[in-house]
Amino acid sequence: MTSLPTNQTNTKLGLVIDLDICVGCHACAVNCKEWNAGGHSAPMTDWNTYSGTENKNGEDSGAWGVWFNRVHTFEVGKGQESKTVYFPRSCLHCDEPACVTVCPTGASYKREEDGIVLVNPDTCIGCKLCSWACPYGAREYDETDGVMKKCTLCIDKIYNENLDEIDRVPACVATCPAGARSFGDLGDPNSDVSRLVEDRGGYDLMPELDYRPVNKYLPPREPQINVLDDGQPLSLVSMADNANQTDPSNNSILKWVDTILSR
Amino acid sequence: MHPAFSVIIFTSLSGAGYGSLAILAAVKYFDFFALNPLYGFFSSAISLLIVTVGLISSTTHLGHPRRAWRALSQWRSSWLSREGVFAVLSYLPAGVFCVSFLIPTPFNSIIDIICLLTIAFSLATVFCTAKIYASLKTIRQWNHLLVVPVYLIIGLFDGAIFLMLLLTIIDGLQFFQLNYFIIFLGAVAGLAKILYWWSIDSTQSQSNTSTATGLGSSNKSVSMLDAPTTSETFIMREMGFAIARKHSRRLRLITILTLSIIPIIIIFLMTQPIALVSPMVLGIIAILFSYFGTIIERWLFFAEAKHVAMLYYGASKV
Repeated sequence: MTSLPTNQTNTKLGLVIDLDICVGCHACAVNCKEWNAGGHSAPMTDWNTYSGTENKNGEDSGAWGVWFNRVHTFEVGKGQESKTVYFPRSCLHCDEPACVTVCPTGASYKREEDGIVLVNPDTCIGCKLCSWACPYGAREYDETDGVMKKCTLCIDKIYNENLDEIDRVPACVATCPAGARSFGDLGDPNSDVSRLVEDRGGYDLMPELDYRPVNKYLPPREPQINVLDDGQPLSLVSMADNANQTDPSNNSILKWVDTILSR
Repeated sequence: MHPAFSVIIFTSLSGAGYGSLAILAAVKYFDFFALNPLYGFFSSAISLLIVTVGLISSTTHLGHPRRAWRALSQWRSSWLSREGVFAVLSYLPAGVFCVSFLIPTPFNSIIDIICLLTIAFSLATVFCTAKIYASLKTIRQWNHLLVVPVYLIIGLFDGAIFLMLLLTIIDGLQFFQLNYFIIFLGAVAGLAKILYWWSIDSTQSQSNTSTATGLGSSNKSVSMLDAPTTSETFIMREMGFAIARKHSRRLRLITILTLSIIPIIIIFLMTQPIALVSPMVLGIIAILFSYFGTIIERWLFFAEAKHVAMLYYGASKV
């Protein structure tokens, strides 16, 4: 049934991603692939894996495959004031998931009990319409299986009673070496993740489209210390200016040595 | 958006087939002109055949064509499902309508109901096809008021030219009111497309890299520094089609000429007594142009559509 559940519970499992902490190491994406290649939506197929074999006419667009998690890098601001922000992106398990309602077969669905959005690979016809309906580019088509695949929030891990309780978190959260990802119930205002969102001003991606994503992003913090207090140069430009002072052409002794040695 | 050939063939063929079925049923219902039973049978049968070829074509882009029947189940929420349901249902009245030309029935009221159902289901199917695109908030160029009217008008236009051509072939005659109706539809189609292009060129998406990442502000731009992979992802292959954009002006001109202006001139010439070429030959030329124009129009419809997900992959605006 691709109509959204009418008796949805208040539980909204999801992720909180801290853009202040993320160091862009891609470990979340890699461990996601690792776990899910044997999980609910397995396999996660790759094509042209060794490159150089895709087209007979010699063109090669490189190795590619199905990933549920991608780490983008953005430049915010320009010039000296610019900041590099690493930006992990995966399914946001929206409250208004158009990817679910456009599905003609009922293969895409949103779970009543926890709000996780899943695809049933046995009934998906591979029409790709759900990937068109998703603004976040979260769904990827598996050319080999002929079905659409997406983040499952590691449903086969977070409820897995064979694992120790501490391990019952999505693979991306478990592996993040910086602790930039948190998992929990965003429907419960008193949960750790909800408090984190509250404290840090967590926000929705593309709120103007009204998909009401469950996953939240935390903004990078403003710098707490003035670099000048630390004796560091204000900017690379002034550092380069200072470096220029020791250039042989500006120092008569060094200039003389340079002239001697250059003979 | 990547223009899938099977989808272009499907939307253009089924549009024309349903368009001609709807017009033929309207001619019969309102008794606009006397239909020769042989003409009625052949034109409705060929229309159904065209629709069927289109529907089969649409299943070839599926990952699992043999599961296509499942697409009939979610009509409550999905326009794609509704399209499938109407497409299947339309075979009933259209089939009876087609056969009714061969087996005369004394129950004219039943035929009237069959005509009305044929009109309704044919137009409903094209309406649902257009709604699949028009309902996507992720693509500004599709989520537009003119998308549904343009699909309907072009379907009726191609279908009407097809009916007129068969009239010259099977009955060897012309019904000028049909020609004037086609000229009207062609002009409306051309004007609607011009208005649509002007509108998508002069409006902007609410979404940009700033809202997509939540990182920008009025004095801070957000641009992609590094893509997540060195090669193209599925999203980039499916949504990131940009080949046509640099030729879009020229392709728009070709669309207007071949879809609207040239067929209108030819069909006007057919109504003139001075025509040097037989109406049948003119009709064939007209339909070749209008169908070519429809294919280019549909191809541009995909190629000019920009998906918001591309904001994560280096697009500065959509």
